[in-house]
Amino acid sequence: MSLLDYFKISKAGSASIAKERLQILVAHERSSRNQPSYLPQLQRELLEVIKKYINVDQEAISFNFEQDDSQETLELNIVLPDLHAKN
Amino acid sequence: MARIIVVTSGKGGVGKTTTSAAISMGLAKKGHKTVVIDFDVGLRNLDLIMGCERRVVYDFVNVINGEAALNQALIRDKHCEALSILPASQTRDKDALSLEGVGKILEDLSKDFDYIVCDSPAGIEKGAHLAMYFADDAFIVTNPEVSSVRDSDRMLGLLSSKSRRAELNQEPIKEYLLLSRYSPDRVKLGEMLSVQDVQEILSLHLLGVIPESKSVLNASNSGTPVILDEKSDAGQAYADIVARYLGEDKPHRFIDEKKGLFGKLFGSK
Repeated sequence: MSLLDYFKISKAGSASIAKERLQILVAHERSSRNQPSYLPQLQRELLEVIKKYINVDQEAISFNFEQDDSQETLELNIVLPDLHAKN
Repeated sequence: MARIIVVTSGKGGVGKTTTSAAISMGLAKKGHKTVVIDFDVGLRNLDLIMGCERRVVYDFVNVINGEAALNQALIRDKHCEALSILPASQTRDKDALSLEGVGKILEDLSKDFDYIVCDSPAGIEKGAHLAMYFADDAFIVTNPEVSSVRDSDRMLGLLSSKSRRAELNQEPIKEYLLLSRYSPDRVKLGEMLSVQDVQEILSLHLLGVIPESKSVLNASNSGTPVILDEKSDAGQAYADIVARYLGEDKPHRFIDEKKGLFGKLFGSK
């Protein structure tokens, strides 16, 4: 270990932060890139249909599109409002 | 049939035109008939980097519109017989390039040339799309910096979905990483993403690393592609890249830092 190494240790390595941020971002963007282009509109239209029957807002609905070698899955989650509170 | 190479990056200022000039000169110097095309309509600059700005008479758009023959618009490079340049137009009309027009010109050039190098504009607009659409190979020029890496990944997505090969379900475009403006010293200090980091994020085949170098500005100042500066590190890096692309086995250089006198005296080993 040389004298210089003492100074190097005190330097915070911002490159590792850059790498971590990029890995998360790139993974996220790649997964949304593979989604079918009709997905946002499907999401809007489904929300409108559901709203006709149940009083939910945008946040109550979540979409999850997953893809593996054999199949594509579209997962739709609706959190229903608390019925007891309504009645 | 010519091989069509697109030099692209998404982000601006990373070295696309420098790279296009260098690799087209490198291919031509190896004896391959090469043409390099500037796709940056409205912001033509390849002619300056190649040092032929005063010889531009007709341009890419003139040829598409039938106002000039291809041979009238092609500029023969003054350093190398085998290299021609097709300059971009300075028109402000963004729709000056059409898919059919570009396709026709590339088809005509394919008859006379071995390699067609397409210098893409920055961004993901029409010019960038047309530059990559017909490509067989893509050189992704990336700087070891977050926004450049992200944009490169975005370009990879477009290459695999919005190109002719993708649309016709053909064998995909071959993608190569060219990491430019690299500073091994700063990587050692943990200040800059390393070549391994970038490769890990983009999962691309590394064609070469071009070190941050004064010779690049010198070359553009004088209008000579940096690859002709054979003594410079960047020039040698590009020569290696061309050789590797052509299938020669060249070990990677410019990845580890050079030790100065200070480093030799105080560094560990």
